[in-house]
Amino acid sequence: MSMQPVKHGLAALFLMSLGLPALAQTTVSDAWVRASVPHQQSTGAFMTLTADADSKLVSVASPVAKTVQVHEMTMNGDVMGMRELNAVELPAGKAVTLDPNGLHVMLMGLNGQVKEGEKVPLTLTVESAKGVTETVEVQAEVRPLTAEAGSGHDHMHMSH
Amino acid sequence: MTDLLTRRAVVAGMGVLGLGLLAGCSPARGLDFKYGKNMSNEILGRKFSLKDPQGNVRTLSSFYGSMPMIFFGFTQCPAICPTTLARAAQIRKLLRGRDRDLFQVVFITLDPERDTPEVLDAYVKAFDPTFTALTGTPEEIDAVAREFKVFYEKVPAGDTYTISHSSTSYVYDTRGTLRLSLGHSLNAKECAEDLVTLMEIC
Repeated sequence: MSMQPVKHGLAALFLMSLGLPALAQTTVSDAWVRASVPHQQSTGAFMTLTADADSKLVSVASPVAKTVQVHEMTMNGDVMGMRELNAVELPAGKAVTLDPNGLHVMLMGLNGQVKEGEKVPLTLTVESAKGVTETVEVQAEVRPLTAEAGSGHDHMHMSH
Repeated sequence: MTDLLTRRAVVAGMGVLGLGLLAGCSPARGLDFKYGKNMSNEILGRKFSLKDPQGNVRTLSSFYGSMPMIFFGFTQCPAICPTTLARAAQIRKLLRGRDRDLFQVVFITLDPERDTPEVLDAYVKAFDPTFTALTGTPEEIDAVAREFKVFYEKVPAGDTYTISHSSTSYVYDTRGTLRLSLGHSLNAKECAEDLVTLMEIC
């Protein structure tokens, strides 16, 4: 009998964690995927992530691709360098942008053509510095293959 | 007499004109680019022989009469390749009349194993139907990259790979002489301005 309140308490905690995605600390905005041409094997996904608490993006999954990775593009003079990242740091309150000029999600081994106007589901796994894991579901809109970073803004001209 | 003189003058004039045409573009001196780099004294890409997606063999001389802008990439590149191709499409829109007709975008794949001719063709034509792509065997691509001094390397990514590579675009005149290189950080308007400079002289 004396165990009962504890059990209830646990149950309540469990329900809270399930039922309160509002406590979920990461918000995702402007998520989009670059359209592919038939038989193209991979494409990129882009978005802006903001975490309430210090966290990191540890993985991304999508039903449209066999492998999903986060890559970082760096320019070293004229050479575009590409590498896989294990995680993306999400400092508290800071908007982290994944765009064609830097970090991006790679959807590799596409199951089919990704067409403009469709939505691509993405499941992001974010781990807080305290070790709490959170899952964020995103529906990313598919933009034309020719889409630029951001809408209608010329990001190609970098200041130097 | 006056008729003869006039005729002579005309003939002489035609001779001078003809010489001018034979010489093609005037020497490097006249090329004062605002944004890109004058490459008139460099020799790159003279000997490549690759195939377009239709299977035709293409060399630099295949593009005589047009001004090819050549750059390298791969279709699985999510960042710089689509950006460079989108910029090329914008450049073409900024050019007018004859200049636009002269401009020929040529995308050479650095990933011939995965970029099939079908994918390559659909990919570049999604940006502009006039664009063309070239491919070859991995050995041929390797030789062409070396000829252009283009750096590229496969970077392992999970059970597959991605590619790091040079991002510069190279522009040739209508006679196949290298004239201009355009870095990735230039925008379409800046590139178009330099192209018009080149087209005015050539």
